[in-house]
Amino acid sequence: MHELALSSAIVNTAVKHARGRKVSVVSLRVGRLRQVVPDTLEFYFAFVARDSLCEGARLEQETVPARLHCGACGREWEIDLPAFVCATCGPADVTVISGEEFEVESIEIEEEAACTAPR
Amino acid sequence: MHRTKVRVVEDALDANNTIAQANRADFDRHDVSVVNLMSAPGAGKTTLLERALDELDGVRVGVLEGDVAGSFDADRLSLLHLPVVQLNTDAGFGGECHLDANMVRTALPALPLAELDLLVIENVGNLVCPAEFRVGEDARIMVCSVTEGEDKPLKYPLMFRACELVLINKIDLVPHLDVDVDRLLANLDAVHPGVPHMLVSARTGEGVDAFRGWLTELPARAAAPA
Repeated sequence: MHELALSSAIVNTAVKHARGRKVSVVSLRVGRLRQVVPDTLEFYFAFVARDSLCEGARLEQETVPARLHCGACGREWEIDLPAFVCATCGPADVTVISGEEFEVESIEIEEEAACTAPR
Repeated sequence: MHRTKVRVVEDALDANNTIAQANRADFDRHDVSVVNLMSAPGAGKTTLLERALDELDGVRVGVLEGDVAGSFDADRLSLLHLPVVQLNTDAGFGGECHLDANMVRTALPALPLAELDLLVIENVGNLVCPAEFRVGEDARIMVCSVTEGEDKPLKYPLMFRACELVLINKIDLVPHLDVDVDRLLANLDAVHPGVPHMLVSARTGEGVDAFRGWLTELPARAAAPA
């Protein structure tokens, strides 16, 4: 359900960087731990983007796996379920390496071709 | 017409975080510690505050009440003779299901920050969205009631990870329920290892002293270097 609020944040970020130009693609990196449902995000994005520079833009989502690191044994692993515990050493030294991202990676903008014709 | 790729690499919530920092600077300037209280609807946030804030000796406390509509909670808390400001998210914000930094910012002028030591921001009841939006708080507290079931940390890890204290509320009901509190705590520890928790009952007052103590110590803890 937070996809609606997140969509507004994405559109605002993209519009800021577009500096008045029309946006055709927004590329996102979304960590698994953000619990974002890609289809829902796409649905709300299209809705929120209406009447903005992002209207009609395609939303590309790259899912970043959730990876943990154990400082005690040095092991790194990927999780599918929310268990932030090292199988050998317990939870004490476990840190999240990736999976918390929610970044606008890039945008594609449409520009008038550089003006070569005489004015 | 041609297309150009523009590299951005920016947290989409940066705009919110920037405003949260501005709120935080205002709170710091007035030496106010701020708690963001979050939970599912009906977990007992307001009843807990009624219990805990009534006898918070020596701490001048104010409350910012976030609700989609109505002032039911603010009306209840104003009986404690505290400064309470109601923030409705349906007027002008499109019925948002959470508070964000900017909504809190709009409410700041209504709060007597200079006369407060502690501000409690009671977020909109919701186990998902409030976890995404910092508002400039020193600490986030999550209330989870035993009636919600022991699986909730596993279902809403984002929320259960986005807090510095978890209050397990309604423990007076445990004898009447099938809930396994040990399993609830084990699930909490799996998603957020080491997060402190307290077992409380807002109805009977059990455990509320410990919560009061935590709130009383927050200004000192917030002032200490991390």
